[in-house]
Amino acid sequence: MRRVLEGSHAVSHAVELARVKVISAYPITPQTHIVERLAELVADGVLDARFIRVESEHSAMAAVIGAASAGARSFTASSSHGLALMHEMLHWAAGARLPVVMAEVNRAMGPGWNIWADQTDSLSQRDTGWMQLYCEDVQEVLDTILMAYKLAERVSLPAMVVMDAFFLSHTYEPVEVPEQDEVDAFLPAWEPTEILDPADPHAFNQLASPEYYMEFRYKIQQAMEEALRAHDEIDAEFGRRFGRSYGAVRRIPCREGELAPLALVTTGSVTGTARVAQAALREKGTDVDVVKLKLFRPFPHEEVREVLGPYERVAVLDRNISFGAGGIFASEIRAALAGLDRRPRVYPFVAGLGGRDITPQTIESVVTRALGDEPPSDILWEGLKL
Amino acid sequence: MPIELPVHERMYSGHLACPGCGAAIAMRFLLKGLGEKAILSIPACCWSIIGGPFPYTALQVPVLHTAFETGGAVASGIRAALDARGDTETQVVTWAGDGGTFDIGLQSLSGAADRNENILYVCYDNEAYMNTGVQSSGATPTGAWTTTTPTGSPKPTRKKDIMQIMAAHRIPYAATASIAYPEDMVRKVQKAVSLPGTKFLHVYAPCPTGWKVPSEISVKLARLAVQTRIFPLYEVEDGVRYTINLEPVGYLVDEYYRLQGRFKHLTREALDRIQAQVDENWERLKALARIG
Repeated sequence: MRRVLEGSHAVSHAVELARVKVISAYPITPQTHIVERLAELVADGVLDARFIRVESEHSAMAAVIGAASAGARSFTASSSHGLALMHEMLHWAAGARLPVVMAEVNRAMGPGWNIWADQTDSLSQRDTGWMQLYCEDVQEVLDTILMAYKLAERVSLPAMVVMDAFFLSHTYEPVEVPEQDEVDAFLPAWEPTEILDPADPHAFNQLASPEYYMEFRYKIQQAMEEALRAHDEIDAEFGRRFGRSYGAVRRIPCREGELAPLALVTTGSVTGTARVAQAALREKGTDVDVVKLKLFRPFPHEEVREVLGPYERVAVLDRNISFGAGGIFASEIRAALAGLDRRPRVYPFVAGLGGRDITPQTIESVVTRALGDEPPSDILWEGLKL
Repeated sequence: MPIELPVHERMYSGHLACPGCGAAIAMRFLLKGLGEKAILSIPACCWSIIGGPFPYTALQVPVLHTAFETGGAVASGIRAALDARGDTETQVVTWAGDGGTFDIGLQSLSGAADRNENILYVCYDNEAYMNTGVQSSGATPTGAWTTTTPTGSPKPTRKKDIMQIMAAHRIPYAATASIAYPEDMVRKVQKAVSLPGTKFLHVYAPCPTGWKVPSEISVKLARLAVQTRIFPLYEVEDGVRYTINLEPVGYLVDEYYRLQGRFKHLTREALDRIQAQVDENWERLKALARIG
């Protein structure tokens, strides 16, 4: 059924369609619409689930960890400072191998207070063991929540579905909402084998000595590697069932069958803007291929090498910064390309921090700079007003 | 009123507690009071170690070990999942130390109590962070030595009144208990799990290592804490109805303090001030019980 949905409510409907059993959340702008709608759905009896209104994001994640450990498909949503407060428990969810799914609305960290889009919050959680999926539009957000549960439950790792503050969370778009029976067929009930069960008592998450700890970590890494394959399979299955698929890395060529002199790597809603800029640039005689990166953890090293390796130049647009290093996607992409005998020159642009709009003009400027004579230094700022 | 203690044991021998550990004794009595279907959530505390390292466990009930400050929240999540699965019989119990309850876990405990989650939260209180090497907590009593309140500057403030804090949430049931009074403790566990909503037990559990006492006097100290009125046994229903379970003979606090290395630096004047605090607390409790 086609409906016009706000991005946040697309998440809520996906959670409903996934037949989630326990939801726990704490309010933070711009995440609130997601959980407000879920609270309504639970209160109205539309969604047969428990809603735990906790006193902090730290407790929200702790509560869903408890719920998932007792075998319930669980959901939470957060953003920015809330996600930062959860940080410790993100490690716990992954270390405990719980398939929790979270909608994370990318928002800048303070100070100064800033409620607008910026990826530094989610990327700061890079090493917690959570899978991270960055979405371009509202349809992709809805679809990715459903795929994230399937993926998380397949590999026993938590997954974060990431969407830009306001650009996605508060934007209304026409969305194809799948029927419940179609979703049930794609995403059956979660049947965990190892849960808290008085009939079969075990201790979970206990002291792990040096004799065992490293092997637990090895297995998480193995699960991440499995997740790379599982993501592609699930994405393809989703495509067969629903007619939409996204890929971990997707090349959007300027001209079919041709390689443009520059690939521009984008994530999140900026990809939509880049599509518009790509068309405008082509009119002006500048060819640029857009490469949309959706899966950040696990990082699709091989696919990144395959897609980007043949280019002369690659520009990466980062709406985030690791202070002292630079844009985070650019760092990871450079690391992935490092092993190639013949590498593209990588132009690492930082832009749009704290919700500053990345317009088609911003992208045109980035493309022009990357195709020009400017050396590809370790960090290139776009749109600074000094 | 004495009751017969259940004979079943749900703790294996071979746990990792120090000799004379009050927390190990307390767990044994908790498990005697619980029904067959129970799940424990244990935030960081001595019991994170006592329970045994992977792949062993000292407990015959399922345990979810969790982060320090999450006792109230994790139990809420387990409860929600059980309810969602239609299992309303299994008791969800948080088992936390005083640091995880009085200090870092107070927020999530308060959140759970505010929602009146159907859980039992048990705090075993050894009056400091014992697992990390005896640092002062909000439960450390006035004048006590710890590694962060050394004898040159012992704990200046009173022990935080966790029972008043929990009573202020108007939860259905809160009670103190002691390892020296097993029948009383087991009865309170049984009463707690028979009631819906949030139940809180504050269990006195001496730590020979941290208190600098011989391991064989744990239970004696726990009994003296009650008899000196330092740790009275009482219940609070719905946050307002106070019942004192045992009228202590009322030894002077000296009887209790002089046995413990952690108090050996206290002067006569300091002990007198502590006696005055204990007397004041006792009178307040009696007044609350009269109103109830």
